[in-house]
Amino acid sequence: MQMQDNSVPAPSGGTNRRDMLRAAGLGGVALLLAGCRQGGADLFAPAGPALALVNGNNITLDFSTDTDVLNYAYALEQLEAAFYIQVVTHPDFASTFDANEQRVLSDLRDHEVVHRDFLAAALGPAALPGLTVDFSMITFNSRTNVLETARTFEDLGVSAYNGAARYLTSTAFLGLAGKIVSVEARHASAIRSLLSERTGAFAPMAFDAANTPQTVLGAADPFIVENITAVNT
Amino acid sequence: MTSKSPSILQTLDEDVQSQLLSRRDAIVRGGASSAVVMAGLKMASVPVALAALAQNAFAQGRLPTSVNGVLNFALTLEYLEAEFYNIGMATSGLIPASDRTIFGTIQEHENLHVAFLRNALGRSARPKPTFDFTAGNGSGTGPFEDVFDNYATFTAVAQAFEDTGVRAYKGQAPTLQPYKDLLQAALTIHSVEARHAAEVRRLRGNFMDLVPNKGWITQDITDIPGTEATYAGEDNTIQGGVDVTTITGVSDDGVTESFDEPLTMAAVLAIVDPFIV
Repeated sequence: MQMQDNSVPAPSGGTNRRDMLRAAGLGGVALLLAGCRQGGADLFAPAGPALALVNGNNITLDFSTDTDVLNYAYALEQLEAAFYIQVVTHPDFASTFDANEQRVLSDLRDHEVVHRDFLAAALGPAALPGLTVDFSMITFNSRTNVLETARTFEDLGVSAYNGAARYLTSTAFLGLAGKIVSVEARHASAIRSLLSERTGAFAPMAFDAANTPQTVLGAADPFIVENITAVNT
Repeated sequence: MTSKSPSILQTLDEDVQSQLLSRRDAIVRGGASSAVVMAGLKMASVPVALAALAQNAFAQGRLPTSVNGVLNFALTLEYLEAEFYNIGMATSGLIPASDRTIFGTIQEHENLHVAFLRNALGRSARPKPTFDFTAGNGSGTGPFEDVFDNYATFTAVAQAFEDTGVRAYKGQAPTLQPYKDLLQAALTIHSVEARHAAEVRRLRGNFMDLVPNKGWITQDITDIPGTEATYAGEDNTIQGGVDVTTITGVSDDGVTESFDEPLTMAAVLAIVDPFIV
Protein backbone atom coordinates (compact mmCIF):
# COMPACT_ATOMS: atom_id res chain seq x y z
CA MET A 1 0.00 0.00 0.00
CA GLN A 2 1.62 3.17 -1.15
CA MET A 3 0.74 6.13 0.99
CA GLN A 4 0.99 9.36 -0.86
CA ASP A 5 1.48 12.54 1.00
CA ASN A 6 -1.67 14.52 0.55
CA SER A 7 0.21 17.68 -0.15
CA VAL A 8 1.59 18.37 -3.58
CA PRO A 9 4.63 20.52 -4.33
CA ALA A 10 4.03 24.07 -5.41
CA PRO A 11 3.04 24.61 -9.02
CA SER A 12 5.88 24.81 -11.47
CA GLY A 13 6.05 25.59 -15.17
CA GLY A 14 4.72 23.11 -17.65
CA THR A 15 2.57 22.62 -20.69
CA ASN A 16 -0.54 24.67 -20.96
CA ARG A 17 -3.00 22.09 -19.76
CA ARG A 18 -5.90 24.44 -20.22
CA ASP A 19 -5.37 24.51 -23.95
CA MET A 20 -4.69 20.82 -23.98
CA LEU A 21 -7.95 20.04 -22.26
CA ARG A 22 -9.84 22.28 -24.57
CA ALA A 23 -8.20 20.73 -27.57
CA ALA A 24 -8.99 17.31 -26.20
CA GLY A 25 -12.66 18.22 -26.20
CA LEU A 26 -14.83 15.18 -26.47
CA GLY A 27 -11.75 13.00 -26.61
CA GLY A 28 -11.59 13.50 -22.89
CA VAL A 29 -9.13 11.88 -20.63
CA ALA A 30 -7.93 9.33 -23.13
CA LEU A 31 -6.57 11.95 -25.47
CA LEU A 32 -5.28 13.96 -22.60
CA LEU A 33 -3.38 11.13 -21.05
CA ALA A 34 -2.09 9.97 -24.38
CA GLY A 35 -0.67 13.44 -24.84
CA CYS A 36 0.92 13.31 -21.43
CA ARG A 37 2.60 10.05 -22.16
CA GLN A 38 4.22 11.42 -25.26
CA GLY A 39 5.72 14.08 -23.05
CA GLY A 40 7.31 11.54 -20.74
CA ALA A 41 6.41 10.58 -17.21
CA ASP A 42 3.99 13.45 -16.94
CA LEU A 43 1.40 11.35 -15.18
CA PHE A 44 3.61 11.11 -12.16
CA ALA A 45 4.86 14.66 -12.24
CA PRO A 46 3.87 17.14 -9.56
CA ALA A 47 0.94 19.30 -10.48
CA GLY A 48 1.82 22.14 -12.78
CA PRO A 49 -0.16 25.31 -13.33
CA ALA A 50 -3.65 24.85 -12.06
CA LEU A 51 -6.56 25.75 -14.25
CA ALA A 52 -8.52 26.56 -11.15
CA LEU A 53 -7.91 30.10 -10.00
CA VAL A 54 -5.80 29.84 -6.88
CA ASN A 55 -5.12 32.97 -4.88
CA GLY A 56 -3.52 32.15 -1.57
CA ASN A 57 -6.07 30.04 0.28
CA ASN A 58 -8.86 31.00 -2.08
CA ILE A 59 -9.66 28.61 -4.90
CA THR A 60 -12.26 29.36 -7.54
CA LEU A 61 -13.66 26.53 -9.64
CA ASP A 62 -15.23 27.53 -12.93
CA PHE A 63 -18.04 25.07 -13.62
CA SER A 64 -18.27 26.21 -17.22
CA THR A 65 -15.13 24.12 -17.78
CA ASP A 66 -15.08 20.35 -17.53
CA THR A 67 -11.62 20.65 -16.02
CA ASP A 68 -12.85 22.45 -12.97
CA VAL A 69 -15.80 20.10 -12.58
CA LEU A 70 -13.19 17.35 -12.40
CA ASN A 71 -11.19 19.51 -9.98
CA TYR A 72 -14.28 19.68 -7.82
CA ALA A 73 -14.39 15.89 -7.78
CA TYR A 74 -10.65 15.84 -7.12
CA ALA A 75 -11.08 18.13 -4.10
CA LEU A 76 -13.70 15.82 -2.61
CA GLU A 77 -11.67 12.70 -3.33
CA GLN A 78 -8.64 14.31 -1.69
CA LEU A 79 -10.76 14.98 1.37
CA GLU A 80 -12.10 11.43 1.52
CA ALA A 81 -8.72 9.82 0.90
CA ALA A 82 -7.04 11.93 3.59
CA PHE A 83 -9.81 11.04 6.03
CA TYR A 84 -9.62 7.28 5.54
CA ILE A 85 -5.81 7.31 5.57
CA GLN A 86 -5.98 8.96 8.96
CA VAL A 87 -8.65 6.48 10.10
CA VAL A 88 -6.71 3.35 9.20
CA THR A 89 -3.32 4.63 10.33
CA HIS A 90 -4.54 5.77 13.73
CA PRO A 91 -2.81 3.79 16.48
CA ASP A 92 -6.19 2.78 17.94
CA PHE A 93 -7.66 1.61 14.63
CA ALA A 94 -7.54 -2.09 15.51
CA SER A 95 -9.04 -1.56 18.95
CA THR A 96 -11.71 0.89 17.80
CA PHE A 97 -13.17 -1.22 14.99
CA ASP A 98 -13.92 -4.92 14.69
CA ALA A 99 -12.30 -6.97 11.93
CA ASN A 100 -15.24 -6.54 9.61
CA GLU A 101 -15.28 -2.77 10.02
CA GLN A 102 -11.54 -2.63 9.53
CA ARG A 103 -11.93 -4.40 6.19
CA VAL A 104 -14.57 -1.96 5.05
CA LEU A 105 -12.62 1.12 6.14
CA SER A 106 -9.42 -0.19 4.57
CA ASP A 107 -11.24 -0.84 1.31
CA LEU A 108 -12.69 2.65 1.38
CA ARG A 109 -9.22 4.06 1.96
CA ASP A 110 -8.00 2.13 -1.09
CA HIS A 111 -10.86 3.22 -3.32
CA GLU A 112 -10.65 6.89 -2.41
CA VAL A 113 -6.90 6.86 -2.94
CA VAL A 114 -7.49 5.33 -6.38
CA HIS A 115 -10.07 8.01 -7.19
CA ARG A 116 -7.73 10.74 -5.97
CA ASP A 117 -4.73 9.42 -7.87
CA PHE A 118 -6.76 8.86 -11.03
CA LEU A 119 -8.20 12.36 -11.05
CA ALA A 120 -4.76 13.85 -10.31
CA ALA A 121 -3.33 11.97 -13.27
CA ALA A 122 -6.22 12.90 -15.52
CA LEU A 123 -5.93 16.57 -14.63
CA GLY A 124 -2.14 16.70 -14.70
CA PRO A 125 -0.89 20.25 -14.37
CA ALA A 126 -4.48 21.49 -14.44
CA ALA A 127 -5.10 19.82 -11.10
CA LEU A 128 -5.79 21.75 -7.95
CA PRO A 129 -2.92 21.84 -5.52
CA GLY A 130 -2.99 19.36 -2.69
CA LEU A 131 -5.54 20.59 -0.20
CA THR A 132 -4.87 21.05 3.49
CA VAL A 133 -7.38 19.14 5.54
CA ASP A 134 -8.53 19.96 9.05
CA PHE A 135 -9.84 16.96 10.95
CA SER A 136 -9.42 18.52 14.38
CA MET A 137 -13.11 18.06 15.10
CA ILE A 138 -12.99 14.30 14.44
CA THR A 139 -12.27 11.82 17.24
CA PHE A 140 -10.45 9.10 15.36
CA ASN A 141 -10.65 6.56 18.19
CA SER A 142 -14.41 6.95 18.42
CA ARG A 143 -16.13 4.30 16.33
CA THR A 144 -19.35 6.26 16.14
CA ASN A 145 -17.70 9.56 15.33
CA VAL A 146 -15.60 8.06 12.55
CA LEU A 147 -18.48 6.11 11.00
CA GLU A 148 -20.83 9.08 11.19
CA THR A 149 -18.20 11.29 9.57
CA ALA A 150 -17.69 8.64 6.90
CA ARG A 151 -21.45 8.57 6.32
CA THR A 152 -21.44 12.33 5.89
CA PHE A 153 -18.56 12.24 3.42
CA GLU A 154 -19.97 9.37 1.37
CA ASP A 155 -23.49 10.77 1.13
CA LEU A 156 -21.97 14.13 0.28
CA GLY A 157 -19.84 12.57 -2.43
CA VAL A 158 -22.82 10.84 -4.01
CA SER A 159 -24.86 14.04 -3.97
CA ALA A 160 -21.92 15.99 -5.38
CA TYR A 161 -21.40 13.74 -8.39
CA ASN A 162 -25.14 13.51 -8.97
CA GLY A 163 -25.40 17.29 -8.91
CA ALA A 164 -22.29 18.04 -10.95
CA ALA A 165 -22.91 15.66 -13.85
CA ARG A 166 -25.09 18.26 -15.58
CA TYR A 167 -22.10 20.58 -15.94
CA LEU A 168 -19.92 18.11 -17.83
CA THR A 169 -19.89 18.60 -21.59
CA SER A 170 -17.58 15.70 -22.40
CA THR A 171 -19.31 12.35 -22.70
CA ALA A 172 -16.07 10.66 -21.70
CA PHE A 173 -15.86 12.62 -18.45
CA LEU A 174 -19.52 11.95 -17.73
CA GLY A 175 -18.84 8.26 -18.19
CA LEU A 176 -15.92 8.37 -15.78
CA ALA A 177 -17.90 10.27 -13.17
CA GLY A 178 -20.63 7.66 -13.52
CA LYS A 179 -18.12 4.88 -12.87
CA ILE A 180 -17.05 6.55 -9.63
CA VAL A 181 -20.37 7.76 -8.22
CA SER A 182 -21.91 4.32 -7.91
CA VAL A 183 -18.88 3.15 -5.96
CA GLU A 184 -19.37 6.09 -3.61
CA ALA A 185 -22.99 5.00 -3.25
CA ARG A 186 -21.85 1.47 -2.41
CA HIS A 187 -19.61 2.99 0.27
CA ALA A 188 -22.44 5.08 1.67
CA SER A 189 -24.62 1.97 1.84
CA ALA A 190 -21.97 -0.07 3.66
CA ILE A 191 -21.12 2.65 6.18
CA ARG A 192 -24.78 3.28 6.89
CA SER A 193 -25.30 -0.44 7.33
CA LEU A 194 -22.40 -0.63 9.81
CA LEU A 195 -24.08 2.11 11.82
CA SER A 196 -27.51 0.50 11.60
CA GLU A 197 -27.42 -3.12 10.49
CA ARG A 198 -30.45 -4.82 8.94
CA THR A 199 -32.52 -1.66 8.73
CA GLY A 200 -33.47 0.55 5.79
CA ALA A 201 -30.66 3.00 6.62
CA PHE A 202 -28.47 1.88 3.70
CA ALA A 203 -30.73 3.74 1.27
CA PRO A 204 -32.79 6.38 3.05
CA MET A 205 -34.49 7.69 -0.10
CA ALA A 206 -35.77 6.22 -3.35
CA PHE A 207 -34.03 9.07 -5.19
CA ASP A 208 -30.64 10.16 -3.90
CA ALA A 209 -29.82 13.80 -3.43
CA ALA A 210 -28.19 15.81 -6.20
CA ASN A 211 -26.64 18.74 -4.41
CA THR A 212 -25.36 21.96 -5.89
CA PRO A 213 -21.64 22.67 -5.72
CA GLN A 214 -22.40 25.47 -3.28
CA THR A 215 -24.21 23.13 -0.90
CA VAL A 216 -21.49 20.49 -1.12
CA LEU A 217 -18.61 22.92 -0.70
CA GLY A 218 -20.38 24.51 2.25
CA ALA A 219 -20.67 21.12 3.92
CA ALA A 220 -17.04 20.27 3.18
CA ASP A 221 -15.71 23.68 4.20
CA PRO A 222 -15.11 22.91 7.91
CA PHE A 223 -12.75 20.11 6.85
CA ILE A 224 -10.76 22.02 4.23
CA VAL A 225 -8.46 24.91 5.12
CA GLU A 226 -8.62 26.43 1.65
CA ASN A 227 -11.76 28.34 0.69
CA ILE A 228 -13.22 26.79 -2.44
CA THR A 229 -15.83 28.68 -4.39
CA ALA A 230 -17.80 27.45 -7.38
CA VAL A 231 -18.72 29.91 -10.12
CA ASN A 232 -20.78 29.63 -13.31
CA THR A 233 -23.02 26.97 -11.83
CA MET B 1 -31.65 20.75 -4.58
CA THR B 2 -34.61 23.06 -4.51
CA SER B 3 -32.57 25.55 -6.51
CA LYS B 4 -32.87 23.19 -9.45
CA SER B 5 -36.52 23.82 -10.09
CA PRO B 6 -36.04 27.07 -11.99
CA SER B 7 -33.68 25.35 -14.40
CA ILE B 8 -36.28 22.71 -15.08
CA LEU B 9 -38.66 25.43 -16.04
CA GLN B 10 -36.05 27.13 -18.15
CA THR B 11 -35.65 24.04 -20.28
CA LEU B 12 -39.29 24.04 -21.24
CA ASP B 13 -40.97 26.14 -23.82
CA GLU B 14 -43.78 28.40 -22.72
CA ASP B 15 -46.54 26.06 -23.72
CA VAL B 16 -45.08 23.20 -21.72
CA GLN B 17 -44.29 25.52 -18.85
CA SER B 18 -47.88 26.56 -18.57
CA GLN B 19 -48.95 22.94 -18.34
CA LEU B 20 -46.32 22.31 -15.72
CA LEU B 21 -47.18 25.36 -13.70
CA SER B 22 -50.84 24.56 -13.65
CA ARG B 23 -50.00 21.05 -12.53
CA ARG B 24 -47.70 22.41 -9.87
CA ASP B 25 -50.47 24.67 -8.68
CA ALA B 26 -52.67 21.63 -8.48
CA ILE B 27 -50.11 19.95 -6.25
CA VAL B 28 -49.89 22.96 -4.03
CA ARG B 29 -53.64 22.89 -3.71
CA GLY B 30 -53.49 19.24 -2.82
CA GLY B 31 -55.01 18.13 -6.06
CA ALA B 32 -52.22 15.78 -7.13
CA SER B 33 -52.84 12.10 -6.92
CA SER B 34 -49.87 10.62 -8.75
CA ALA B 35 -47.97 8.26 -6.47
CA VAL B 36 -44.60 9.59 -7.46
CA VAL B 37 -45.61 13.18 -6.96
CA MET B 38 -46.93 12.43 -3.54
CA ALA B 39 -43.83 10.41 -2.76
CA GLY B 40 -41.66 13.27 -3.92
CA LEU B 41 -43.51 15.63 -1.68
CA LYS B 42 -43.36 13.18 1.17
CA MET B 43 -39.61 12.99 0.80
CA ALA B 44 -39.45 16.79 0.60
CA SER B 45 -37.69 16.35 -2.71
CA VAL B 46 -40.08 18.49 -4.64
CA PRO B 47 -37.72 18.87 -7.59
CA VAL B 48 -38.10 15.15 -8.19
CA ALA B 49 -41.80 15.61 -8.36
CA LEU B 50 -41.34 18.64 -10.55
CA ALA B 51 -39.00 16.83 -12.86
CA ALA B 52 -41.53 14.07 -13.16
CA LEU B 53 -44.19 16.57 -14.05
CA ALA B 54 -41.92 18.37 -16.46
CA GLN B 55 -41.11 15.21 -18.29
CA ASN B 56 -44.71 14.18 -18.27
CA ALA B 57 -45.37 17.46 -20.01
CA PHE B 58 -42.54 16.68 -22.40
CA ALA B 59 -44.09 13.34 -23.03
CA GLN B 60 -47.11 14.82 -24.73
CA GLY B 61 -45.40 14.10 -28.01
CA ARG B 62 -42.25 16.07 -27.33
CA LEU B 63 -39.81 13.59 -25.81
CA PRO B 64 -37.21 12.56 -28.39
CA THR B 65 -37.41 8.95 -29.51
CA SER B 66 -33.94 8.16 -28.18
CA VAL B 67 -34.88 9.42 -24.73
CA ASN B 68 -38.17 7.54 -24.81
CA GLY B 69 -36.21 4.43 -25.61
CA VAL B 70 -33.87 4.92 -22.67
CA LEU B 71 -36.69 5.63 -20.25
CA ASN B 72 -38.70 2.62 -21.41
CA PHE B 73 -35.57 0.50 -21.09
CA ALA B 74 -35.14 1.73 -17.51
CA LEU B 75 -38.84 1.17 -16.88
CA THR B 76 -38.53 -2.43 -18.03
CA LEU B 77 -35.79 -3.05 -15.49
CA GLU B 78 -37.70 -1.27 -12.73
CA TYR B 79 -40.85 -3.29 -13.51
CA LEU B 80 -38.69 -6.41 -13.23
CA GLU B 81 -37.23 -5.40 -9.88
CA ALA B 82 -40.47 -4.07 -8.42
CA GLU B 83 -42.45 -7.22 -9.23
CA PHE B 84 -39.61 -9.40 -7.99
CA TYR B 85 -39.63 -7.74 -4.57
CA ASN B 86 -43.42 -7.48 -4.49
CA ILE B 87 -43.67 -11.25 -4.91
CA GLY B 88 -40.78 -11.92 -2.56
CA MET B 89 -42.24 -9.79 0.21
CA ALA B 90 -45.67 -11.38 -0.29
CA THR B 91 -44.31 -14.94 -0.18
CA SER B 92 -44.83 -16.30 3.29
CA GLY B 93 -41.76 -17.87 4.84
CA LEU B 94 -39.31 -16.66 2.20
CA ILE B 95 -37.66 -13.62 3.76
CA PRO B 96 -36.63 -13.97 7.39
CA ALA B 97 -38.15 -11.43 9.76
CA SER B 98 -34.67 -10.02 10.39
CA ASP B 99 -34.30 -9.02 6.74
CA ARG B 100 -37.79 -7.83 5.86
CA THR B 101 -36.93 -4.20 6.53
CA ILE B 102 -34.08 -4.41 4.05
CA PHE B 103 -36.17 -5.90 1.26
CA GLY B 104 -39.20 -3.81 2.14
CA THR B 105 -37.06 -0.72 1.66
CA ILE B 106 -35.80 -1.88 -1.71
CA GLN B 107 -39.31 -2.91 -2.74
CA GLU B 108 -40.64 0.56 -1.97
CA HIS B 109 -37.86 2.23 -3.93
CA GLU B 110 -38.31 0.09 -7.03
CA ASN B 111 -42.04 0.75 -7.06
CA LEU B 112 -41.35 4.49 -6.77
CA HIS B 113 -38.88 4.24 -9.65
CA VAL B 114 -41.58 2.57 -11.74
CA ALA B 115 -44.03 5.32 -10.83
CA PHE B 116 -41.50 8.02 -11.64
CA LEU B 117 -40.64 6.58 -15.05
CA ARG B 118 -44.26 5.90 -15.94
CA ASN B 119 -45.07 9.46 -15.05
CA ALA B 120 -42.12 10.77 -17.04
CA LEU B 121 -43.15 8.77 -20.10
CA GLY B 122 -46.84 9.47 -19.82
CA ARG B 123 -48.73 7.72 -22.59
CA SER B 124 -45.44 6.52 -24.08
CA ALA B 125 -44.81 4.26 -21.09
CA ARG B 126 -44.62 0.63 -22.09
CA PRO B 127 -46.88 -1.81 -20.28
CA LYS B 128 -45.40 -4.15 -17.70
CA PRO B 129 -44.09 -7.34 -19.29
CA THR B 130 -44.83 -10.80 -17.93
CA PHE B 131 -41.88 -12.09 -15.97
CA ASP B 132 -40.42 -15.50 -15.24
CA PHE B 133 -38.14 -15.03 -12.24
CA THR B 134 -36.70 -18.51 -12.65
CA ALA B 135 -35.00 -17.15 -15.79
CA GLY B 136 -36.85 -19.78 -17.78
CA ASN B 137 -38.31 -17.54 -20.50
CA GLY B 138 -41.80 -18.43 -19.37
CA SER B 139 -41.23 -22.10 -18.61
CA GLY B 140 -41.08 -21.46 -14.88
CA THR B 141 -38.32 -24.03 -14.71
CA GLY B 142 -35.25 -21.90 -15.33
CA PRO B 143 -31.96 -22.08 -13.45
CA PHE B 144 -33.45 -20.13 -10.54
CA GLU B 145 -36.45 -22.42 -10.25
CA ASP B 146 -36.61 -22.16 -6.46
CA VAL B 147 -36.28 -18.35 -6.46
CA PHE B 148 -39.34 -17.88 -4.24
CA ASP B 149 -38.83 -21.06 -2.22
CA ASN B 150 -35.18 -20.71 -1.33
CA TYR B 151 -33.97 -17.51 0.33
CA ALA B 152 -30.42 -18.00 -0.93
CA THR B 153 -31.67 -18.10 -4.51
CA PHE B 154 -33.87 -15.08 -3.91
CA THR B 155 -30.98 -12.99 -2.58
CA ALA B 156 -28.71 -14.16 -5.38
CA VAL B 157 -31.19 -13.06 -8.03
CA ALA B 158 -31.70 -9.80 -6.14
CA GLN B 159 -27.97 -9.11 -6.26
CA ALA B 160 -27.82 -9.85 -9.97
CA PHE B 161 -30.75 -7.52 -10.66
CA GLU B 162 -29.27 -4.68 -8.61
CA ASP B 163 -25.76 -4.94 -10.03
CA THR B 164 -27.23 -5.17 -13.54
CA GLY B 165 -29.39 -2.13 -12.83
CA VAL B 166 -26.39 -0.05 -11.83
CA ARG B 167 -24.60 -0.94 -15.05
CA ALA B 168 -27.72 -0.34 -17.12
CA TYR B 169 -28.36 3.20 -15.89
CA LYS B 170 -24.67 4.01 -16.18
CA GLY B 171 -24.63 2.92 -19.79
CA GLN B 172 -27.45 5.27 -20.72
CA ALA B 173 -25.99 8.43 -19.20
CA PRO B 174 -24.44 9.55 -22.51
CA THR B 175 -27.82 9.40 -24.27
CA LEU B 176 -29.42 11.47 -21.54
CA GLN B 177 -26.54 13.96 -21.33
CA PRO B 178 -28.24 16.70 -23.38
CA TYR B 179 -31.32 16.52 -21.15
CA LYS B 180 -29.80 17.76 -17.91
CA ASP B 181 -32.78 17.31 -15.65
CA LEU B 182 -33.51 13.83 -16.91
CA LEU B 183 -29.82 12.93 -16.63
CA GLN B 184 -29.80 14.10 -13.05
CA ALA B 185 -33.00 12.26 -12.21
CA ALA B 186 -31.58 9.08 -13.72
CA LEU B 187 -28.38 9.49 -11.73
CA THR B 188 -30.33 9.86 -8.50
CA ILE B 189 -31.88 6.47 -9.27
CA HIS B 190 -28.57 4.98 -10.43
CA SER B 191 -26.87 5.66 -7.09
CA VAL B 192 -29.81 4.23 -5.16
CA GLU B 193 -29.53 1.01 -7.18
CA ALA B 194 -25.86 0.94 -6.15
CA ARG B 195 -26.85 1.33 -2.50
CA HIS B 196 -29.25 -1.59 -2.90
CA ALA B 197 -26.62 -3.68 -4.63
CA ALA B 198 -24.09 -3.11 -1.86
CA GLU B 199 -26.58 -4.03 0.84
CA VAL B 200 -27.71 -7.23 -0.87
CA ARG B 201 -24.14 -8.25 -1.63
CA ARG B 202 -23.09 -7.72 1.98
CA LEU B 203 -26.22 -9.45 3.29
CA ARG B 204 -25.38 -12.51 1.19
CA GLY B 205 -22.02 -12.66 2.91
CA ASN B 206 -23.62 -12.23 6.34
CA PHE B 207 -22.06 -8.77 6.51
CA MET B 208 -18.54 -10.15 6.73
CA ASP B 209 -17.33 -8.05 3.78
CA LEU B 210 -15.17 -10.71 2.21
CA VAL B 211 -14.79 -11.44 -1.51
CA PRO B 212 -17.09 -12.24 -3.30
CA ASN B 213 -19.62 -10.66 -0.95
CA LYS B 214 -18.19 -7.22 -0.45
CA GLY B 215 -20.46 -4.29 -1.20
CA TRP B 216 -18.31 -3.56 -4.25
CA ILE B 217 -17.31 -5.74 -7.17
CA THR B 218 -13.84 -7.25 -7.07
CA GLN B 219 -12.47 -8.02 -10.55
CA ASP B 220 -15.35 -9.74 -12.40
CA ILE B 221 -15.93 -12.25 -9.64
CA THR B 222 -19.38 -13.67 -8.99
CA ASP B 223 -20.41 -16.60 -6.80
CA ILE B 224 -23.75 -16.90 -8.59
CA PRO B 225 -23.73 -19.41 -11.45
CA GLY B 226 -25.31 -18.02 -14.59
CA THR B 227 -24.58 -14.38 -13.80
CA GLU B 228 -21.20 -14.12 -15.49
CA ALA B 229 -22.51 -11.65 -18.06
CA THR B 230 -23.65 -9.32 -15.30
CA TYR B 231 -20.07 -8.99 -14.12
CA ALA B 232 -18.22 -9.27 -17.42
CA GLY B 233 -15.81 -6.38 -17.86
CA GLU B 234 -15.88 -5.29 -14.22
CA ASP B 235 -12.21 -6.31 -14.05
CA ASN B 236 -11.30 -3.37 -16.29
CA THR B 237 -8.38 -1.30 -15.04
CA ILE B 238 -8.06 1.03 -18.03
CA GLN B 239 -9.82 4.30 -17.31
CA GLY B 240 -9.66 7.27 -19.64
CA GLY B 241 -7.00 5.46 -21.62
CA VAL B 242 -4.62 4.86 -18.72
CA ASP B 243 -3.98 1.71 -16.75
CA VAL B 244 -4.87 2.93 -13.28
CA THR B 245 -2.85 0.17 -11.64
CA THR B 246 0.26 1.99 -12.85
CA ILE B 247 -0.54 5.33 -11.23
CA THR B 248 -1.54 4.26 -7.74
CA GLY B 249 -0.11 2.09 -5.00
CA VAL B 250 -3.42 0.34 -4.44
CA SER B 251 -3.76 -3.34 -5.39
CA ASP B 252 -5.22 -4.37 -8.73
CA ASP B 253 -8.26 -5.75 -6.91
CA GLY B 254 -8.73 -2.39 -5.24
CA VAL B 255 -8.50 -0.60 -8.57
CA THR B 256 -11.22 -2.78 -10.10
CA GLU B 257 -13.43 -2.23 -7.04
CA SER B 258 -13.03 1.54 -7.40
CA PHE B 259 -14.82 1.80 -10.75
CA ASP B 260 -18.16 0.33 -11.74
CA GLU B 261 -18.44 -0.35 -15.45
CA PRO B 262 -21.36 0.43 -17.76
CA LEU B 263 -23.22 -2.07 -19.94
CA THR B 264 -24.85 -1.36 -23.27
CA MET B 265 -28.59 -1.60 -23.63
CA ALA B 266 -28.14 -4.69 -25.79
CA ALA B 267 -25.99 -6.42 -23.19
CA VAL B 268 -28.49 -5.67 -20.43
CA LEU B 269 -31.43 -6.85 -22.50
CA ALA B 270 -29.60 -10.10 -23.21
CA ILE B 271 -29.03 -10.56 -19.47
CA VAL B 272 -32.66 -10.00 -18.53
CA ASP B 273 -34.16 -11.75 -21.55
CA PRO B 274 -34.60 -15.12 -19.77
CA PHE B 275 -36.63 -13.32 -17.11
CA ILE B 276 -39.02 -11.75 -19.61
CA VAL B 277 -41.69 -13.91 -21.18
